[in-house]
Amino acid sequence: MSVLVYCEVSGGSLKKASLEALSEGKKLAGALGGSLNAVVVGSGLDAHIDAIKNHGAETIYVADSADHENYVPEAHLTAVADAAAQASATVCLIPATTRGRELAPRVAVKLDAGLIEDVTGLTGEGGTVAAIRPEYAGKVYRSVKANTLPMVVSTRPNTFDAVADAGAGARVDLSLDYSAKAKVVETRKAGGEKIDVAEADRIVGGGRGLKEPENFKLVEDLAETLGAAVAASRAVVDSGWRPHAEQVGQTGKVVSPTLYIAVGISGAIQHLAGMTTSKTIVAINKDKDAPIFKVADYGLVGDAMEVLPALNAELKK
Amino acid sequence: MNIAVLVKLVPDTAAMIRLNGDKSGIETRDLNWVLNPYDEYAAEEALALVEKHGGEVTAVACGGDDQVEALRKVVAMGANNAVLVKREGEYDQLASAKAIANAIKDRGFDLIFTGYRTTDDDSTAIGPMVASLLELPCVTEVNKLEVGDGTLTAERNIEGGSEVLEASMPCVITAQKGLNEPRYPKLKGIMMAKKKQIETVDAEAGDIRTATTTMDYPPERPAGKIVGEGVEAVPELVRLLREEAKVIE
Repeated sequence: MSVLVYCEVSGGSLKKASLEALSEGKKLAGALGGSLNAVVVGSGLDAHIDAIKNHGAETIYVADSADHENYVPEAHLTAVADAAAQASATVCLIPATTRGRELAPRVAVKLDAGLIEDVTGLTGEGGTVAAIRPEYAGKVYRSVKANTLPMVVSTRPNTFDAVADAGAGARVDLSLDYSAKAKVVETRKAGGEKIDVAEADRIVGGGRGLKEPENFKLVEDLAETLGAAVAASRAVVDSGWRPHAEQVGQTGKVVSPTLYIAVGISGAIQHLAGMTTSKTIVAINKDKDAPIFKVADYGLVGDAMEVLPALNAELKK
Repeated sequence: MNIAVLVKLVPDTAAMIRLNGDKSGIETRDLNWVLNPYDEYAAEEALALVEKHGGEVTAVACGGDDQVEALRKVVAMGANNAVLVKREGEYDQLASAKAIANAIKDRGFDLIFTGYRTTDDDSTAIGPMVASLLELPCVTEVNKLEVGDGTLTAERNIEGGSEVLEASMPCVITAQKGLNEPRYPKLKGIMMAKKKQIETVDAEAGDIRTATTTMDYPPERPAGKIVGEGVEAVPELVRLLREEAKVIE
């Protein structure tokens, strides 16, 4: 019995979601009575090995080569499969990032294993694995258990705590044998120091109540003061005011930041589904009967165009 | 160009979701059912490519007879063929993917499209699984696509940016919002879709690896409070966020 965690390095950095998966994997390995191991693929990985070790990995399988500078799905699949075989992994954890959402199902096929996706709770009792996962963007939750092992489980980012807890961290280098059928040829960073909605700890979301696309400047200003990401409702994305990458809801991203400030968002059910697991929700809306106030911890009834500058000024005090 | 589109019928995203009496699943009565929204982008891309390069689009769904409705919706948009991979009872993603892969493996598709996610069970598995089962490349969450001669270039958003991928064909592509504007079916298409012969094949799947123990609602959020009205309430809101919620400094 052992647990293998795929650690994602992209854009030269180790994803925080990988450390969260390691910490959850450590607990799972303890419950199953096995060891925690990790696999990482990339170029110039030395800088990341300590962090992986410090989050509990006993053995770290490393595929470090200039060939892995750019993402090639088949290379990462092969690395996970090779490491799973060497570690006799019974559970493979993969953070459910953009990359993880495609890798986890493909690893499941490669290992002929079952798959439980995007879990928000994970336990290992009686020698098997059980998990909880949101469905319908969080309107309901499903509890799932594994009928057989091995099992591949993808873990929702920003849900589990990353806890430092050092393991032996023995390094085993992998040399991969694969044929590349797809490859990343170009990577672009979002403009400036913009924080991605999916990874943000604080989010300011704007909706129709802002009246004009230009008024999103007020949302951006508040987000800058708070170090927050900007999110948008489906209505304003469909109207072309904001890019789809910012959309929160059932046909956008599901987020659970520490603070979500909803500005001029009425709270359509498909938007609520995407953000009700946020720790603290603030709603600012002109309509005191808007559904958003039912999920908000703190509500302020008022015109966004007046309230936002005042809120921004107050926060800067 | 010979293109498959894998589709699924799902409850409207605007619907309230209720659980059934023994919490083994959702209450399916009184729901409005629609084509999975991301499958609409998949279907549109397939149809546009065939209009440009010639060829045929085949809609494929896996499930019970209710899934015929999903196939008819894609036929109404313009698909030439429709295949139902028929199965009964609870399946997991691997079993569904195996059933689909077995049904389409010998049909010589150049491209296989599907939505990047299903909005009912929030799964992104079917496209990548079918790709791996058929030993094809897979590019997921695509919001821009250029198809060349035996290769394609695709773009997608990733955390904090975007990336461009190249892949060989045949290839599985999963569609994200932004890829295109799906067409509305014309009346003639809807009439044709009603009469369309649906080819049915029995699912060849394999073991089911996971089982549902129960379903539940998310924990209710405790009732919040209205801090006040207008600009005058701002200082109190900030005080509460600092001192009570402790979410800002």
